[in-house]
Amino acid sequence: MLGYLIRRVVYAAFAVWAVSIISFFIINLPPGDYVTSYIAQLAIQGNIIGAEEAESLREYYGLDQPIYVQYLKWMNQIRQGNLGFSFEFGLPVNDVIGERLILTMILAAATIVFIWIVAIPIGILSAVRQYSIWDHTFTFFGFVGLAVPDFMLALVMMYFSFVLFDFSVGGLFSPEYVSASWSLGRGIDLAQHMIIPIIILGTAGTASLIRITRANLLDELRKPYVATARAKGLSEWRLILKYPVRMALNPAISLTAYILPFLVSGSIVVSVVLGLPTVGPILLKALVAQDMFLAGGIILLIGWMTVVGTFLSDLLLVWADPRVKFEGR
Amino acid sequence: MESNPVEQELAPEIEDTVEERISVASQRQLIWWRFRKHRVAVVATAIIVIFYTMVIFADFLATNVPADSEAFRGLMPPQPVHIFDGWKPSPHVCAVSGARNPITFQKDYVTDCTEKIQVRLFARGYEYKLLGVIPTDRHLLGMSDDTLRPEDHIYLLGTDKQGRDMYSRLLFGTRISLTIGLFGVVLSLVLGIVLGAISGFYGGLIDNLIQRLVEITRSIPSIPLYMGIAAAFPHDWSILKIYFAITIIISLFAWTDLARVVRGRFLTMRDEDFVTAAMLSGANQRRIIFRHMLPSFYSHIIAAATLALPLMIIAETTLSFLGLGLRPPAISWGTLLQDAQNVQTIALTPWLMIPALPVILVILALNFMGDGLRDAADPYSN
Repeated sequence: MLGYLIRRVVYAAFAVWAVSIISFFIINLPPGDYVTSYIAQLAIQGNIIGAEEAESLREYYGLDQPIYVQYLKWMNQIRQGNLGFSFEFGLPVNDVIGERLILTMILAAATIVFIWIVAIPIGILSAVRQYSIWDHTFTFFGFVGLAVPDFMLALVMMYFSFVLFDFSVGGLFSPEYVSASWSLGRGIDLAQHMIIPIIILGTAGTASLIRITRANLLDELRKPYVATARAKGLSEWRLILKYPVRMALNPAISLTAYILPFLVSGSIVVSVVLGLPTVGPILLKALVAQDMFLAGGIILLIGWMTVVGTFLSDLLLVWADPRVKFEGR
Repeated sequence: MESNPVEQELAPEIEDTVEERISVASQRQLIWWRFRKHRVAVVATAIIVIFYTMVIFADFLATNVPADSEAFRGLMPPQPVHIFDGWKPSPHVCAVSGARNPITFQKDYVTDCTEKIQVRLFARGYEYKLLGVIPTDRHLLGMSDDTLRPEDHIYLLGTDKQGRDMYSRLLFGTRISLTIGLFGVVLSLVLGIVLGAISGFYGGLIDNLIQRLVEITRSIPSIPLYMGIAAAFPHDWSILKIYFAITIIISLFAWTDLARVVRGRFLTMRDEDFVTAAMLSGANQRRIIFRHMLPSFYSHIIAAATLALPLMIIAETTLSFLGLGLRPPAISWGTLLQDAQNVQTIALTPWLMIPALPVILVILALNFMGDGLRDAADPYSN
């Protein structure tokens, strides 16, 4: 157990480091350094910065020093919880991202719960009633759900909800709650607005989880222990839920770790289309304006979030299926 | 990954009468027989072939120059082709005329079916080079009357905001979106095969390192990452340069899957007799890998590549849709769908959503085709 845990922690730490390197690489991609862009931005607003001030800014960010020093300075800042300054918004990056990051996390977590609640019963039903009309229907929808890109689904949902229900999808809060502080009413409002984004985001994951649950359960149902239990007179549903389903769920748990990065990717795009106040639209805006500390900060944080989420689902897996820790991976 | 439902359904019940035929058939024939049983995959393959034919003959199929814009005919609704005029076969489209509404300043278009514009097959249109070499001005569909009057036009799928023909643009967008995916697959194939082969053939420390690399690549959300890289392309890059840069970016999306498939195959095959035999007869490692081992699972690689293709198409479409991939004047599915980004356009000009249909169709078809290929790739199972 300890060995498995240590290995997982080492991988996670390695991934955290890789994400930080990649984010720093992206920050440094655009031509010109941060201070030059910042000064240009200020000049547009009519504030001219003197050469001395520019020099001190350069020194502060270590721009006169080799790249690895810049990286270390940036990491040191982040260690202190400071992601830098966004000139696009004229605010510290922390303030820009703030609540949006939390909403991104809530959206991803809620989508995973949605996927589980929807996919597992359907997967069980499809396996137990193999080749029934339900099985075929869900298999078909599963294929479609896997194939349609998230943003396209968002567009189509937007179109139909407008044409059929005259209801415009967008945002995560009703106007009166947008800048209100957290309360029960705001939470309920959020939950109502999240339904459509969750369906859009969760479709692909639901489809693959249905397929995996179905395939695994079908394998389990053919095993002799099922026949034994049946011969001993255990009632059919109790039998299925108690033994084969438990076995079939393990791959489903490991799938959660696998789909998390896709969910986060998808939430960025879907948020842009639906105008959700997550980090997605801000990331796009920051990239278009080449506000690189903001963009790099967002990429870093969602990368880290995903690594942590993957790590947690690895722990969940070892709790659900203790055998994995013996696999010499 | 998981066993395919369709596979179990169509599990080949080999009859005695054909058993002899099967025992002498080549592997290629076996794969084909098995693939043929997967009906949906065959239909999907036909769809893919049709789409790539459209890619090759985009010019011939187009009715208008895709870049031609006229502000006065912006956002014109589609003009469907009517084959019959009453009972008489006489293919035509109805004339559409527009006037600016003095109150809303919107352009209002009126379809007037008393005024017919006759259309015919193989009509004359703008000049182009068929397959890039044969100069011609024949198009599959066009106005019968060559004397082009400015008020006559056929826009089968309507026009966009700048008055450009959606149908022709869709054809050219298909050309770019489908080829960019192909190049991307080739690139990630190279990456996936080389790394997967090294990983599976040598094992040990190198395998461990490459597997960790795959794991980390997979655990990082790709879209924000590639958005970040794509946003850094200089604005003065030519379409061609951006096209290839995007190809490289999206090939980073899919190589991990291919590397996994290749590695898994190598691991199972490393101890096979024919590999030992090749080793004992003194073949060097490169020869063993590329001459003996790789050809024995070409079919698996092709299946994996087919399944990787839709991922790439989605990646390009998504990036372009967000404005970070191909940029206008380049036409791709993503840039076409950019026009349909908000509710107002969708509600008022639903035909701007039409490019969503081929995207969904092609991605579905590629998934089914890849599934069929994956099942058929191993004709000796079952």
